Amino acid sequence: MVDTHEATAHSAESPSEADIWAWLEAVPDPEIPVISVVDLGVIRGVEVTEHEVTVTITPTYTGCPAMAMITRDIKTALSGHGIEHLAIETQLAPAWTTDWISADGLARLEQYGIAPPRQSGVPARCPRCHSNSVERVSQFGSTPCKAQWRCKECLEPFDYFKCL
Amino acid sequence: MAHEVTHKALVEFLLRQGDNALILGHRLSEWCGTGPALEEDIALANTSLDLIGQATLWLELGAQEAGGERTANDLAYLRDAWDFRNLLLVELPNEDFGRTLLREFFFDAFQLPWLTSLASSSTKAVADIAAKSVKEASYHLERSADTVIALGDGTEESHQRMSEALDYLWPYTGEMFIDDDTDQQMADTGVAPLPSTVRPVWDRTVNEVLQLAQLPRPESTFAHQGGRNGRRHTEHIGHLLAQMQVLQRSYPEATW
Repeated sequence: MVDTHEATAHSAESPSEADIWAWLEAVPDPEIPVISVVDLGVIRGVEVTEHEVTVTITPTYTGCPAMAMITRDIKTALSGHGIEHLAIETQLAPAWTTDWISADGLARLEQYGIAPPRQSGVPARCPRCHSNSVERVSQFGSTPCKAQWRCKECLEPFDYFKCL
Repeated sequence: MAHEVTHKALVEFLLRQGDNALILGHRLSEWCGTGPALEEDIALANTSLDLIGQATLWLELGAQEAGGERTANDLAYLRDAWDFRNLLLVELPNEDFGRTLLREFFFDAFQLPWLTSLASSSTKAVADIAAKSVKEASYHLERSADTVIALGDGTEESHQRMSEALDYLWPYTGEMFIDDDTDQQMADTGVAPLPSTVRPVWDRTVNEVLQLAQLPRPESTFAHQGGRNGRRHTEHIGHLLAQMQVLQRSYPEATW
């Protein structure tokens, strides 16, 4: 069937790539809502053409169930800004790394109670009382990206964002 | 590049990668809710999730290379035992926590060097999946090796159970390193190295960990085979598939 309606990507005023990035900044990570999908580093590219907006994302972990929600949330957010023709592409390489989490994102993780990732694989300090006397409880945690640690000072358990 | 890689051999290769991850991922998922401690339960479920994620990538590529008539889901849920290309090792029942972790350790000790090599495959899609998966595999190996050491060098009972697990699993480890025509084609075209070339690294890792675990390495070199070429699976895979595939078989094309 031939579609007789000429597809128009968006209204007269086309959004810029910067606009799209700014709107994506407002899309929270579904598991860790204090950081945005941009802060998390999963948005690898934004391209705006006459007919379409393409957002390229990369998975954090291969089996992370949040990726489906992230895709849906991006669609919802951008359609709220009038983007009708949106393509979301998944890219595997280069593989996601925690180095891509923004400095702002790292600070907000800690504020939220999740120790940010470090190369050494050991959190710098307890996100609550800031003591550096901490011990590992388990290499895994509530989501694929986290491990369980405990503070030996305030005795509280906390999540540590695994370094990948 | 000396030869052009044939689609048939590449699909076979991709099924082997995907099926290993899928079947082991399913076995680990059987622990969900029944792990010996909450942390272990979570760890097993997370490892399972990683493996099923990797399986999805391999099987999506396999489905695409096979012509695109079947999806990754079709491959996972609608093939029967003889079409699976996983190692016999990964389809064996979990039995207890010790055997589950020892099996995972044997697999992880292979996957880490294997995926590291695949990350420089001549086929970019293979290299991309491997580079992504190897990060997860490295974390899995760290944990499974630590647990094998803790249990082997643990209490009298844990040591005993690990010794029994070792005797049971050992004859299933050799299949990982048996090269066949498909492997030769992959090696000739630079897609993957011959599996036998991974053996020295695997031996080194396994010897070191078994020694720390106070578990003497068995001397036998006998190897059960028939999983990765599909000729002779164990009876266990049928039971596994019955559970894993029941929903898609009973309600075809059902989605969440």
